[in-house]
Amino acid sequence: MKTSQDPMTPNLFQVQRIRRELADTFTLELTAESNNEFPFLPGQFNMIYLFGSGEVPISISGDPAQPNRLIHTIRAVGSVTEGLKSCKSGDMLGIRGPFGSAWPVEQATGQDIVIITGGIGLAPLRPAIYHLLANRQRYGKIVILYGARTPADILFRKELERWRSRFDISVEVTVDQAVSNWSGRVGVVPKLINRADFAPEETTALICGPEIMMRFSVKALQERGVKEDHIYVSMERNMKCAIGFCGHCQLGSQFVCKDGPVFPYSQISSAFRIREL
Amino acid sequence: MGKTSGGRAILPAQSLQTLIDVVHSQGYRLIGPTLEDNAIVYDDLENVENLPLGISDRQSPGNYRLEDDPSAGYFAHVVGPHSWKRFLFPAAQKLWSATRVDQGFSIQTPEDETKLAFIGVRACEIKALQMQDRVFSQGPFTDNGYGEKRQNCLIIAVNCSRAADTCFCSSMDAGPRVTEGFDLALTELQQGRHDFLIETGSANGEALLKELVTRKAEDQDFAEADAQLAATEASIQRRMPSNIPEVLERHLQDEHWQTIESRCLNCSNCTLVCPTCFCSTVEDTTDLTGQHAERWRYWDSCFNTDFSYIHGGSIRQSGAARYRQWITHKLSYWHKQFGTSGCTGCGRCITWCPVGIDITEEAATFCEIDKRS
Ligand SMILES: Cc1cc2nc3c(=O)[nH]c(=O)nc-3n(C[C@H](O)[C@H](O)[C@H](O)COP(=O)(O)OP(=O)(O)OC[C@H]3O[C@@H](n4cnc5c(N)ncnc54)[C@H](O)[C@@H]3O)c2cc1C
Ligand code: SF4
Ligand code: SF4
Ligand code: FES
Repeated sequence: MKTSQDPMTPNLFQVQRIRRELADTFTLELTAESNNEFPFLPGQFNMIYLFGSGEVPISISGDPAQPNRLIHTIRAVGSVTEGLKSCKSGDMLGIRGPFGSAWPVEQATGQDIVIITGGIGLAPLRPAIYHLLANRQRYGKIVILYGARTPADILFRKELERWRSRFDISVEVTVDQAVSNWSGRVGVVPKLINRADFAPEETTALICGPEIMMRFSVKALQERGVKEDHIYVSMERNMKCAIGFCGHCQLGSQFVCKDGPVFPYSQISSAFRIREL
Repeated sequence: MGKTSGGRAILPAQSLQTLIDVVHSQGYRLIGPTLEDNAIVYDDLENVENLPLGISDRQSPGNYRLEDDPSAGYFAHVVGPHSWKRFLFPAAQKLWSATRVDQGFSIQTPEDETKLAFIGVRACEIKALQMQDRVFSQGPFTDNGYGEKRQNCLIIAVNCSRAADTCFCSSMDAGPRVTEGFDLALTELQQGRHDFLIETGSANGEALLKELVTRKAEDQDFAEADAQLAATEASIQRRMPSNIPEVLERHLQDEHWQTIESRCLNCSNCTLVCPTCFCSTVEDTTDLTGQHAERWRYWDSCFNTDFSYIHGGSIRQSGAARYRQWITHKLSYWHKQFGTSGCTGCGRCITWCPVGIDITEEAATFCEIDKRS
């Protein structure tokens, strides 16, 4: 066995708990077999290996101030993520990471923060939200705009409600399709941007969701006067290594795994302009 | 390994075996050009007889042919379908294996202590190795397998005595003269004789040279070597325009991409023969008992539709987008990613394209388009 840690070789983590969030979405709570802490920055991700099945990139969704537990929130969409869904406590998984760039929570000190997200996109932003709330006095207004397909698809619903009940943060939730008992907003997330209360020239925006949603959100933010280099988006591309070796995640001249996944919009605006880049 | 470190000598061609023997005696696995299935490929070299003496190659877009040529020396051929990357970054490689133990599993990493020596490495190929170094061992992470193998690798280079019709190293600043990154560099001299001018490029190379029975290199040897290299360079027909990095980025949505798409078979030959392409995929498997799992890494290509697959569909659906990824990565984005072009001008992608798509011709077309716009 090699002594130096190979960056392609996973470390072992044990599933402590699995929590069902939605019909297809669950949260894993893991601890390192070595019992080491797992420090990370909000927005970073890990490669999760399921024995014999495969390895997938998944953002960390836990609290960066609690590095003793590694938290991932996953939507089951295919072979590996479906496999992860049937994990039980005690099972072992392989983890490589943390990888990638972070949400600019330090640079954004003193600014208003607008968080725009849809669906599972809330998971990669939750560590940033924890950080912002833990350091509330360092920021201006904080606005969270979240969209889900239907009310049954609202992720972290309890937490959203808890945040919403605070006076120092504004939370707006919208759904694409309402059902009879839904009294909230209906429509797509970018539509919420117009009415949201923030000072555009003093604002940092953090966006994570489907690319089409991000595109319209960027447009709405620009129309309100938010600067291009103050808009941050988290990109998703196929990943086989997470460390710049496999080439799969390339987006123009950027590697999403090592230059991203969080980018200032100004750095990758061509990706939104040019199809199939 | 640095620039020529001073040691120079003449080794008669009939003593070439002694060089091979010295390399072997130092515990290296020696790999060099050999003849196999009508192509020059890189394989284990036991004996000087394994080298393709008296064989030359003819290359053109979509064409590769070997010829018997009594006047051809050991290294008269140019680059073939193989490149050295296959030994440092193998086409199929087991990254690790895992075995179930009570609650979880344990992971074993394979070990490979083989020291590699390459003979017959051309200037463009040294450049290609250096480009892959930037990917695998000079970024934030080092690929363990690659890094160690490469560090211990002995490079015996050759200066090209002729160029193929497909070569364009001179416009990529990648040849034909070997200038750095080698232990020993050979120039095959055949004007009324058959000798090798040997130059050393490292302490390792110096030590090797001391083991050989050579004679002093004279002015006339250098003159002959220089003249030969100058003639090689002068014979290079193809070139890559120097403004191509910016030009391609200015025309990402031009309709010429569709014209190329109509010819391109998306076979991925060009990426597989390219000495700098580094893309790979991984495959995880278990055996029938479910107790043993392995992770393998395989060469992949941006020409495969699955390459850009994410849940919901591939990003680069069209052949046009995939060809655009290939050529813009090589010629434009590579500069931003690694501070150098991703192309050495070796011409392999031109020769091995079944329909003869020529990277220099397509680059020239985009320069024309740029001038018109
Ligand atoms: C930086 C990053 C962070 C992510 N964070 C999360 C998260 O927090 N929660 C979550 O549920 N999902 C996240 N994803 C998406 C997640 O990686 C995919 O849903 C997952 O790879 C699908 O794998 P599968 O084997 O289940 O699906 P299949 O459809 O069977 O996929 C086959 C293979 O294709 C590749 N692939 C497929 N979809 C994606 C994708 N969207 N992104 C990258 N590779 C893909 C993978 O290599 C996968 O193994 C993230 C993706 C990236 C790039
Ligand atoms: S792109 Fe073509 S010419 Fe350039 S290094 Fe690769 S194979 Fe050689
Ligand atoms: S993206 Fe394509 S051109 Fe670039 S290294 Fe990978 S296979 Fe080669
Ligand atoms: S995921 Fe392999 S290079 Fe980015």
